[in-house]
Amino acid sequence: MADVTLTVDGKKLSTPAGTLLIEACRSHGIEVPAFCYYPGLSLQAACRMCVVRIEKMPKLQTACTTTVAEGMIVATESPEIAQARKATIEMLLGNHPLDCPVCDAGGECELQDMTFKYGAHESKFVEIKQHRDEQQWSPVVFFDRPRCILCYRCVRVCGEGMDVWALGVQNRGAGSVIAPNRQDHLDCEECGMCIDICPVGALTSGAYRYKTRPWEMSHVGTVCTHCGDGCKTTLGVRRSNDGMDIVRGDNRDKSGINGDFLCIKGRYAFDFANREDRLTQPLVRKANGQLEPASWDQAMDFAGQRLREIRDSKGGSAIGVIGSNRTTNEEAYLLQKFARTVLATNNIDHHRTADYPAFAAALNGKVEASLRDFAGAKAILLLGNDPTEQHPGLAWQIRTSVRLQGARLYVANHRPIKLRRQATASVEIPEDGYPSLIAFLAGKPAAVAGDQNAAAFREALLKEESLLIVFGSEFRGRDIEALVQFGSTLPNVKFACLGDYANSRGAADMGLHPDLLPGYAPLSASGPFAAAWGAALPAQPGLDLPQMFDAAERGDLAALYVVGANPVARYHANPSILRNTFLVVQDMFLTETARLADVVFPAANLYEKAGTVTNTFGDLQLVKKAADRAGVRPDFELIVRLAAAMRADIKRLVSFGQRGVQADFGQARGAQSGEADRHGVWLSAQHQEPRLSPFEPFAILDEIQRLVPAYNVPRLDLLAGNDQHLRPALVQIANAASRRNLVTPSNDTLFTSGSLGSYSSTLRSVLEARQPVETAAD
Amino acid sequence: MTTLFSPALAARFDKLVTLYPIKRSALVPMLLYAQDEVGYLSDPVIAEIAERVGVTELEVRNVISYYSLLRTKPAGKYHVQVCTNISCMLRGGNEILDHCKKKLGIPNKGTTADGLFSLEEVECIGACSWAPAAQVNYDFHENLTPESIDKVLGEYRAKAEKGAAK
Amino acid sequence: MATLSTHPDCVPVVSYRFGKGATNIDKYLELQGYESARKALTLGPDGIIAEMKVSNLRGRGGAGFPTGLKWSFVPKQSDKPKYVLVNGDESEPGTCKDRLIFEQDPHAVIEGTIIAGLSVQAKMGFIYLRGEYRYLLTIMERAVADAYAKGFLGKNIFGSGLDFDIVTQTGAGAYEVGEESALMESLEGKRGIPRIRPPFPAVVGLYGGPTIINNAETIATVPHIFRLGGAEYAKIGTERNGGTRLFCLSGHIERPGVYELPMGYNLKKMIYEVGGGIPGGKKLKAVVPGGASTPALTADEIDIGMDFDQLGKAGSMLGSGGVVVLDETTCMVEFALRTMKFYAHESCGWCIPCREGTDWLKKSLTRLHEGGAVDKDIDNIRYLAENMLGRTFCPLGDAAAMPTIAFVKKWRKEFEDHLEGKGCPYHRSHEPALALV
Ligand SMILES: Cc1cc2nc3c(=O)[nH]c(=O)nc-3n(C[C@H](O)[C@H](O)[C@H](O)COP(=O)(O)O)c2cc1C
Ligand code: SF4
Ligand code: FES
Repeated sequence: MADVTLTVDGKKLSTPAGTLLIEACRSHGIEVPAFCYYPGLSLQAACRMCVVRIEKMPKLQTACTTTVAEGMIVATESPEIAQARKATIEMLLGNHPLDCPVCDAGGECELQDMTFKYGAHESKFVEIKQHRDEQQWSPVVFFDRPRCILCYRCVRVCGEGMDVWALGVQNRGAGSVIAPNRQDHLDCEECGMCIDICPVGALTSGAYRYKTRPWEMSHVGTVCTHCGDGCKTTLGVRRSNDGMDIVRGDNRDKSGINGDFLCIKGRYAFDFANREDRLTQPLVRKANGQLEPASWDQAMDFAGQRLREIRDSKGGSAIGVIGSNRTTNEEAYLLQKFARTVLATNNIDHHRTADYPAFAAALNGKVEASLRDFAGAKAILLLGNDPTEQHPGLAWQIRTSVRLQGARLYVANHRPIKLRRQATASVEIPEDGYPSLIAFLAGKPAAVAGDQNAAAFREALLKEESLLIVFGSEFRGRDIEALVQFGSTLPNVKFACLGDYANSRGAADMGLHPDLLPGYAPLSASGPFAAAWGAALPAQPGLDLPQMFDAAERGDLAALYVVGANPVARYHANPSILRNTFLVVQDMFLTETARLADVVFPAANLYEKAGTVTNTFGDLQLVKKAADRAGVRPDFELIVRLAAAMRADIKRLVSFGQRGVQADFGQARGAQSGEADRHGVWLSAQHQEPRLSPFEPFAILDEIQRLVPAYNVPRLDLLAGNDQHLRPALVQIANAASRRNLVTPSNDTLFTSGSLGSYSSTLRSVLEARQPVETAAD
Repeated sequence: MTTLFSPALAARFDKLVTLYPIKRSALVPMLLYAQDEVGYLSDPVIAEIAERVGVTELEVRNVISYYSLLRTKPAGKYHVQVCTNISCMLRGGNEILDHCKKKLGIPNKGTTADGLFSLEEVECIGACSWAPAAQVNYDFHENLTPESIDKVLGEYRAKAEKGAAK
Repeated sequence: MATLSTHPDCVPVVSYRFGKGATNIDKYLELQGYESARKALTLGPDGIIAEMKVSNLRGRGGAGFPTGLKWSFVPKQSDKPKYVLVNGDESEPGTCKDRLIFEQDPHAVIEGTIIAGLSVQAKMGFIYLRGEYRYLLTIMERAVADAYAKGFLGKNIFGSGLDFDIVTQTGAGAYEVGEESALMESLEGKRGIPRIRPPFPAVVGLYGGPTIINNAETIATVPHIFRLGGAEYAKIGTERNGGTRLFCLSGHIERPGVYELPMGYNLKKMIYEVGGGIPGGKKLKAVVPGGASTPALTADEIDIGMDFDQLGKAGSMLGSGGVVVLDETTCMVEFALRTMKFYAHESCGWCIPCREGTDWLKKSLTRLHEGGAVDKDIDNIRYLAENMLGRTFCPLGDAAAMPTIAFVKKWRKEFEDHLEGKGCPYHRSHEPALALV
């Protein structure tokens, strides 16, 4: 739209026609206060804080509902305006409890800030205030009614934003109150957006309330460890006896790829980190058959020696490695390098949650969609998956573009997923009907051809001038190929493939495959890797995950090294299968797999380390170290130590201390100075110069960026915390479409998150609360 | 659909939702009619109405709690609503209210033990030129005096007794 | 039964058919009924609006906006259907005139609605009565059914080829729903929270379509304008204030009642001649000239013509026609308190100044009346009211603030008399203010 020019506080501003005055001001650095206005949500004009004086208007006007007009002359601050705002605050404070000293929001409360700014310091109100007890609405949502200033942000974010509509307004006048949908409790997605958006302390978090003061925490923005969307979560951490505890998760700076959004997992399911039953000491199985605590040196030496013996006696092919969906790219990369160069095996795999190799092959240089692309999309085709449950961040972005930009959503699914409510058109197909649907869309003969609805769906879709095609794990191998082929006949298409966990994509990209090197390079093209790693690589494809278990059962797998995975539970493996396999496990907890191990190393989680992760859309992001737990080590460090214990050349594994390797500006060590010392002590003991440590994942990022061209994004931007979309340069491999289909979707819901989820008491409490209440038999 | 309402009312509701450009427009009248028949807006009534107009129960409760004539708790068979707003106040509305309290032995918003009468002080009911006034259910009683309100209450009691005798 | 009161000065225009059995459609037809609609049909939209403008009819709902002008704001072309909405939510304390119209002459409302519909080519009208007026709904439903039966409503009305439907319903108890945009929300099955304006209802109203919304008396007057001719109608009133209106006299007055008097009729005459003066030979203290939201006039200010302009000049408003008379025995603090209790009860609660302001004022006035107030409370009451004025989301906040400011300004002494633990010097908060028997 054309620009209009207006004058605000004597400054000439130029802004697109149709802009709200409040936005025009804010985008030019002029702050107009507001409680009820919230960008992207419907207008309320209820709080009257944004009043400004517009020339030729008899009364003060609300900037939140006024659209700019050519020649408009506006004043946003004057004695008259300040008085109006002051009076509004005075009226609010009249019935406000003023329990700021104990209120969760104290120190980060918009009402406090406004009171401070407009100086409503004299208490005029002498009437009796209405007291109401605090109510618990769900395991994670509490409501303190007297503190509520009725800005209706929570109601709108829940309804308009989340499409949940679990909050309403009841009664009227001074009796007005925010009410949950089940009279005294909430039945909702527990996203906690209402808490985040509440300008005061009326809605508080079950996980955080009354725990600390905001200024007693450090706030670290990092990436959520749960689903594959890669939302930014800001962790509030506080020093405790054994490290730094995470006290709170929220989305306070909203600068992440997720915009305003955060789901229950990103917000509350950090609590596994603080659990009492975390492993904090290495465990070694003793002669009596019991796992018992051991010192780091004992455990490392024992594991390293055994692995070395097995490698030297039986060859690398007798050893298997299982990597993780939640470790960093650097760790996944290091793990496969360790497997291939130190253990001399290609027996490496991970729990595959999407067929990324087939996707990489099919893309062949075509554009992949970033999660950010969904925010500005004009049209989206969603095939399979249920983003509301499995990719809540994506679901939010889709709903937002439908609502705010009129994006058109096309849904094809075998289930009646909730996002259909936003769909322009949708088709329900049988569970095995996706290939046939793609054939139909591509104009080939197909079973659905006679279906009028499908025909209309196709017709509308083909009219789109640009399209994001996003598909779930229903698509694998040749189906992905066919889909990308069809999509490529349309104009301006981008693709996205949905996988499950925080770094499922990175695990695949980094080469946790028996037949593929980092960047999906086939073993036949290992030349550059061998050269860079200074080692000959095993040429034959290794065993995949099920094959490793088969080999173990046959007695052919002498050792298995499991990093951050719980394959025994995931694949319902019979524990006895591993009885003759030397098992080394790195984990936070004594999982079903760890319980069978010969050596267990206590590992740090994603919130306790630095590095990068790649979300399922190929957005590369920095994770920062927020928390710390005495006794645990990042997987990166553990792999390096294990390699050292095997007497491998550490400098070859991690190219630290070399020219051209850039440090990470201290990111890796977090706020915890002790860690740097620890690195130094270890380096000296190894007769190494105590400088850039091999435990710093950034020591290996250079190498990744060199060998996996897709990851060669600007490093400075990355370290500054900006998500970087991968470059379209993943290697094509010939046999991708015909690889063995080993994708096992996690089938997680909003309230589960693989094995990790079961260690979150918040997620468990929500799940328990959702069990239908038992009724007496009658 | 199975319904909580009498066949006549259910039929009325079926028609009501078709009268307007959107179904939801029938909500407020529907709630009133349902209340008239059932006595108050119980949870099952709310659930059925929510379904009839295609909104959530929360939405229905939001609406109910806004309007002063709608209630989610039972009232007396005869709901006595005495106006004490300005025109009535000037002509003795408060005295009529006090008189009713005494006579019925209940406070404002109370219900008699036999469930026959409930009492409520209300805002202006549109009888200012014939003040003081009260409404019993939907019937207006105007130019009231303590004596005349006694008579009115007596008539309702008689009516109830007659109904019970039948 | 509500009945009209008369006095020789009364001019029966709207009340022309009152008391003549016009609820019966045949009787209504005998009394020139539905002739205006037929006339309007021949005039067409532009002709109707022109005639309305000539009549100088101003809205009877409170704000007095010129009706013809309002109708002319409705865009001729519209993608969405247009509607007529009749505001029969009459809830302004002191007002009981619309009730009389619905009861005595329901067809006039229907005919007025049809004409309003014709003026903007709407095909549907809604008549919304306040919930307390259930008995009137029965009357209206009957009248609407009769009009359908005669072919005045439904398809091809009056054989004109045009269609027009009317739906009648009631609200469920909420003063705020009388505010036009809250009324539309209520009709759409929602809480009665007003809408953000602009857009105004004439452009985006009910169900998003352009909507004419008028008070019931305004609409009931329309057929009479076409019966008499716009110019004739205009002549009855004063300049820019055409015709008559139904004044509701109540309070301390000898002959309370609803009287139809010409616009601009002198207030003093209205009280002393039409209404028969103050009972018991008491002196006049104050008059609320147009319903509870209009600032009260002192006894010295009542020599004034009752039209929108003259009252506006006197710092008050003609409002909804509810004239409430207060004699010398009235406690102004108690009166202010009762007024504020009403607004606190009726505030929709949407915006801060209205929700908190009315509640706070109610509490402070209660304390003042009961004797627990201190000096600064009086200024605080005024401060609160002044800071609500013009700052609320809809005019309800103003309606609460304006009379309060007037009470404190004009009767400050009475407020001060309540201080220092004295409480109400009139000692009559729970005694009859008027000997009734
Ligand atoms: C709080 C409030 C309450 C109102 N109540 C009524 C009412 O009960 N009846 C009415 O006709 N207008 C009422 N109005 C005025 C309407 O908003 C609207 O102006 C009127 O219906 C327009 O009709 P008119 O132009 O015929 O007067 C109210 C306005 C406000 C702000
Ligand atoms: S609870 Fe918070 S967000 Fe919701 S209305 Fe109250 S102040 Fe606003
Ligand atoms: S931000 Fe404009 S009224 Fe609240």
